[in-house]
Amino acid sequence: MLLQQVINGLTLGSVYALIALGYTMVYGILELINFAHGEIYMLGAYLGIILLGFFTAVGLTAYSLPLAIVLVLVLTVMFCSSYGFTIEKIAYKPLRNAPRLSPLISAIGVSIFLQNYVMLTQGATDKVFPSLFGNSGFKFLSTNVTYLQAAIIVVSALMMLFLQAFVMRTKTGKSMRAVAQDKTMASLLGINVDAVISVTFVIGSGLAAIAGVMVAAYYGLVNYYIGYIAGIKAFTAAVLGGIGSIPGAMFGGVLLGLVESLGASYVSSEYKDAYAFLILIVILLVKPEGLLGKTPEEKI
Amino acid sequence: MSIVVALWLSLLFLPFKGLKAASVLFVVLTVAIPLMKLVSVLMRKALPHLETAAGLLPRDKRYLYVLLVPVLLVPFVGEDYVVDVAVLSGIYIILALGLNVVVGYTGLLNLGFVAYYAIGAYSYALLNTRLGIGFWTALPASVVLTTLAGFLLAVPALRLKGDYLAIVTLGFGEIVRLVLNNWDSFTRGPNGISGIAPPSLAGAVIGKISHYYYLVIFFVILSFFIMRRVEDSKIGRAWIAIREDGIASSAMGINTMLYKLYSVAFGAFWAGLAGCLFAAKMRFVSPESFTFMESVLILCMVIIGGIGSVAGVIIGAVVLVFLPEVLRDAQMYRMLAVGCGLVFLMVFRPQGLFGRKDVSLGN
Repeated sequence: MLLQQVINGLTLGSVYALIALGYTMVYGILELINFAHGEIYMLGAYLGIILLGFFTAVGLTAYSLPLAIVLVLVLTVMFCSSYGFTIEKIAYKPLRNAPRLSPLISAIGVSIFLQNYVMLTQGATDKVFPSLFGNSGFKFLSTNVTYLQAAIIVVSALMMLFLQAFVMRTKTGKSMRAVAQDKTMASLLGINVDAVISVTFVIGSGLAAIAGVMVAAYYGLVNYYIGYIAGIKAFTAAVLGGIGSIPGAMFGGVLLGLVESLGASYVSSEYKDAYAFLILIVILLVKPEGLLGKTPEEKI
Repeated sequence: MSIVVALWLSLLFLPFKGLKAASVLFVVLTVAIPLMKLVSVLMRKALPHLETAAGLLPRDKRYLYVLLVPVLLVPFVGEDYVVDVAVLSGIYIILALGLNVVVGYTGLLNLGFVAYYAIGAYSYALLNTRLGIGFWTALPASVVLTTLAGFLLAVPALRLKGDYLAIVTLGFGEIVRLVLNNWDSFTRGPNGISGIAPPSLAGAVIGKISHYYYLVIFFVILSFFIMRRVEDSKIGRAWIAIREDGIASSAMGINTMLYKLYSVAFGAFWAGLAGCLFAAKMRFVSPESFTFMESVLILCMVIIGGIGSVAGVIIGAVVLVFLPEVLRDAQMYRMLAVGCGLVFLMVFRPQGLFGRKDVSLGN
């Protein structure tokens, strides 16, 4: 029972972590809470269903399931990254030097727009993700782990390793870190700040897209409002680990997933969604810099 | 250039509604984007003229009280349905004026303002249905309760700034809604509380919507005058100083923490009042009326009209309540338009339609 809940929590937590990475990267660079990030994840879930439906209709799924799945993932990532890119250009870039609250309100606007955009085009009812693997799985220390759960955990871990390597070892990653530290200085050193910001949005949205497809496959149902609550939880995870810190977001996501899963089974499942908010409030009040974050200096 | 943008956006739209809809969108966008550019250029040219024209109006704004006459005549000329919507917009005006204190004057973004509205409405509903307390006793009691709640929630939250404060208030809002939804024995959960008594005055029950309208208008006018007075008071000045620069104002001897607390509690006061009026009008409350979207809607009212300006906020509230009623057929697209509108407003006119230029939204 306990181990089962831990596995469920890990699955959930790695998804939160993937979404949280997008929040944390954008916050690290722009100091903006990208409220629309949860909606990108929701778009990913929908696109997964739409594309899989399309590939089934043209017979690709029957021809080769793994090929279809890979294509769905790649195309969803491409679409969601394009959405992230476009949103940044339309709603955030003109507000680069505006007061802090303006881009936040703009982000809320984007979030409302995307929710209703999906509701109007795809309908307000639940969409079903076709069951690809069923409930088949394997035994791990006397608990059942479905292949899907294992896949979610493994894919998330790979993505995080990839991201960590990208940020720490590539030139683009280095310029991302430079821009996060000081935008003006970075631009003086010849870094194209706008391009770096775009790359950040593209990567963050891609990760959210993968999270969206995996969650859609895991729960089997998606709706146009899943982005809001998932977004809030992922943001909590990012704050929990220390916003702006990439390992912090991963750690925070997994921790939140575990708390939620264990809390729902041992404390009260009715208040499942409230745990994230409670943790968020407590963390912000007690240790606003997060578990792995650094205290920012106040500039006067 | 605009063709490339149109093609790109239509391509993004493609998977959601298919090829036909995407090509329609492409054609629409190819025409609309240059048109929008033209309109924005024209607007930018016309705005200074409009502002000088507005400057020509008499300095003394008291002639604007003439506007009260049509407001008071609404129940005589409008149908019950129109009066009903007018009552609702009155309630939203009070709410938006309350939020304007927090966001507009003091510059603290609150994304969970609906929590206070909910506390006000549920206080009245519970006091009335459980204890049988009448409107005029329950109203001050619920308003005091809400103000207290605002105070208590603000004490820990105000240590935070900017975005963090916004997120914590959002969290409070959601927790209040979740508690209302799940505490079945006390709030009857998602079923809500029905059978709330309407207010009575001098022994007569105010049951008719046109009578209730005057009650709401009374409170709207009251809140309007109080807001105008508070704006120019020592407290109001301190709030604005905090909004413009917290560190500088504390250096000038303003106890920023205390004044922020006043601001949140004062905002909650009006939300509590609006909640009571809402509960007494609907005679039914349920958690569904107090979602995050409601907070966003109230925030939009404050922003659209012009943040920090009492008249602008009133216009914003009336527009946002009446617009969806006027656009009944287009109601499905209402929230789509609200989302787009928020983005464009921030990009092109961050101070709101009627806002003042000198308002900065925090740093």
